[in-house]
Amino acid sequence: MATIVAEATGQAILHEEHEQSFLRKYIFSTDHKVIAIQFLIYTLFFLMIGGLLAMLMRYQIAWPARGELPLGGIFPESMVASGYILPEFYNALVTMHGSVMVFLAIMPMLVGVWANYLIPLQLGTHDMAFPRLNMLSFWAMVPAGILTLASFFVVGGAAGAGWTLYAPLSARPDLTGVGLGQIMWLAALVFIGLSSILGSVNYITTTINMRAPGMTWMRMPLTIWSLFITAILALLAMPVLSAAGIMLIFDQTIGTSFFLPEGGGQPLLWQHLFWFFGHPEVYILILPAMGFTSEILSVGSRKPVFGYKAMVLALVSIAFLGFIVWGHHMFQSGMNPMLGLTFTVSTLFIAVPSAIKTFNWMGTMWRGNLQLHSAMLFAIGFVAMFAIGGLSGVFMASTPVDIYIHDTYFIVAHIHYVLFGGSLFALFGAIYFWYPKMFGRMMDETMGKIHFWLTFILFNVVFFPMHGVGMVGMMRRIYDSTGYAHLQGIEDTNALISWAAFGLFASGFLFAFNFFWSLKKGRKAEANPWNATTLEWQTPSPPKHGNWEEIPVVYHGPHEYSHPDVEDKDWLAQNERPDVVSPAAGSH
Amino acid sequence: MAHAATAGRVPERGLDVYTQKVGMWVFLCSEVMFFAGLIGSYVVLRFGAADTWAEPGDVLNVPVTAFNTFLLICSSVTMVKAFAAAQEGDQRGIKLYLLLTTLLGATFLGVQVYEYIELVLHKSWQGSHGFTPAAGLYGATFFTMTGFHGFHVLLGVICLAWATIRAWRGHWGADNTHGIEVLGLYWHFVDLVWIILFTIVYLI
Repeated sequence: MATIVAEATGQAILHEEHEQSFLRKYIFSTDHKVIAIQFLIYTLFFLMIGGLLAMLMRYQIAWPARGELPLGGIFPESMVASGYILPEFYNALVTMHGSVMVFLAIMPMLVGVWANYLIPLQLGTHDMAFPRLNMLSFWAMVPAGILTLASFFVVGGAAGAGWTLYAPLSARPDLTGVGLGQIMWLAALVFIGLSSILGSVNYITTTINMRAPGMTWMRMPLTIWSLFITAILALLAMPVLSAAGIMLIFDQTIGTSFFLPEGGGQPLLWQHLFWFFGHPEVYILILPAMGFTSEILSVGSRKPVFGYKAMVLALVSIAFLGFIVWGHHMFQSGMNPMLGLTFTVSTLFIAVPSAIKTFNWMGTMWRGNLQLHSAMLFAIGFVAMFAIGGLSGVFMASTPVDIYIHDTYFIVAHIHYVLFGGSLFALFGAIYFWYPKMFGRMMDETMGKIHFWLTFILFNVVFFPMHGVGMVGMMRRIYDSTGYAHLQGIEDTNALISWAAFGLFASGFLFAFNFFWSLKKGRKAEANPWNATTLEWQTPSPPKHGNWEEIPVVYHGPHEYSHPDVEDKDWLAQNERPDVVSPAAGSH
Repeated sequence: MAHAATAGRVPERGLDVYTQKVGMWVFLCSEVMFFAGLIGSYVVLRFGAADTWAEPGDVLNVPVTAFNTFLLICSSVTMVKAFAAAQEGDQRGIKLYLLLTTLLGATFLGVQVYEYIELVLHKSWQGSHGFTPAAGLYGATFFTMTGFHGFHVLLGVICLAWATIRAWRGHWGADNTHGIEVLGLYWHFVDLVWIILFTIVYLI
């Protein structure tokens, strides 16, 4: 152990401030904090792109017969003709909205931004285990983003087979009219897989091997636990998607027929491979959000997390169960009904750890000294929205109910309650919460609170009615619903949803304005503006290159708020020596 | 108090294993899943359509590939010898065994390229001339699995060549064995995957 500490000190000397060129410091940086900020800018950009695609969809859904798309003239004739969104372009919108949001916005924002930023800081180390691989994991996302954006402008347009890329629709260009765009999207997926795997290797190795002295597993903040478990999921799930994606590229380019029935292949195999990745992916998209929420709720309630160990075990069991439930996406695929039953049962099991987490969050807040700042509001919003999204998930897990609501807007409502109301709410909370550490300034609270209430209200106006629209039978990827007898009478609801969606999109610009305005004009943040206990708050805001003058030593658990032994303040930092803080604790 | 009971005690950090080695093991887990995806698909496709597979040896040249398998197993042995030499600080041994491993790996690739050329140009299967990735599921799975394995061997040979050049510059020694050990882990993994692929693709 002595040698490890010596190595760490040696590293500290290496990390001493030395002049670096602009290029090395901000562009090809190996500093985990700079890489995290690069990821943040990247993902906020793609969040806007994904939102824009959704707005185009909402216009089409609400007013399919009207034409007159505002600014429709700026689109090429192959996308929008005389004010009408063309059906092929609508397919691309559906596909790329899902793909961009999942792979280029939410997933890298949860993991690329926060695992990079928080793991070394919260564990008390100078940087990631492999800083250069870490840099590569960001730069692998750049070709992915370029391929995705460029695919809209090639012949045939962007991928149009849905974000799940079901074969044979995705494997045969003649079925969708999309050839090159589909291949470009799959190539982007391979880059995303590479980025994700390199990142995961880093996160896992750093967490296992580079914790500060005294940072035992059960003293790690729940954020780190959730990011660690998420990295394991990504490490094991992404390569399967990469393998499947490569086989699909081969089907399109070199004449194989893995997923094409006319060549002996099996379309169902694609669904199994995709969802073997896809369901762990669902938890990749929610577990970090759960971690941030636990952290913010504890700080904002001035209380320890209720049931820390139960929270950790719930994370681990959700991750494990996440690998054996993929078939619940395929109840309608024609697979053996007995197999469907086993997937129903394993899926319903996930409700147990999820409920444990939800009740523990409420237990954390119960009789706490609630500080309702923007970050806290978003964290509470997360709990509420996740509960709704989780409950509608129970409907789908049950095969007979799922057969009725499969591929309707009920599914769309569910995924957005967990992915937007869940993940994105927690992400907004995380940005408000850690922004002062990242940039040394606070975001504006008034704008933050307006942003929260707009988002919270408009989000529910957009997505709650979708449950009803789905139960009436509106199909999830339909281009024009007006021609169906059973869908008469939902036009007004669809228009209401669209208007609220435009408002929701607009409220995002308030957030963006706050974000950039606060960079220059925000109130200066001290090292620990929230009086929080975890290690990242015990170093200056923003932390210097190398994070620490001297590696901290950890003496306490992660969430020691309102500790009875500490008299002068209501928190006890993880690295505060017990004998210095209070005589009572020091006597042990 | 719970915190007081453990307060002041500073347990050791991390595993008693250096970081690069942990990182390689973690990376190999993801590699296992990649090949599991390919092999799993192969199993599903083959059992879903058994009649489109040729008898072992009808199309593929099993003796040549068996020899190639032998070469790869030998390269794992020389890799172990290189690491042992590094631990003892035996400079001559390091150079010799790293070079041998590199050459064995490169020869494996050469034989695989020869095998591909023979299959594509001179074999015929199910009436069509040339055994290519487009030749049914048999061709598709064969070229995908062996091709991706070959790609991994190629990466390994590049790293081995780089390690060999460093050996000639006296980079490795008893105090500097980590790079060889980590590279060795990767190389043994690639070897192990090949033994599985050889069995399921060529023999059964």
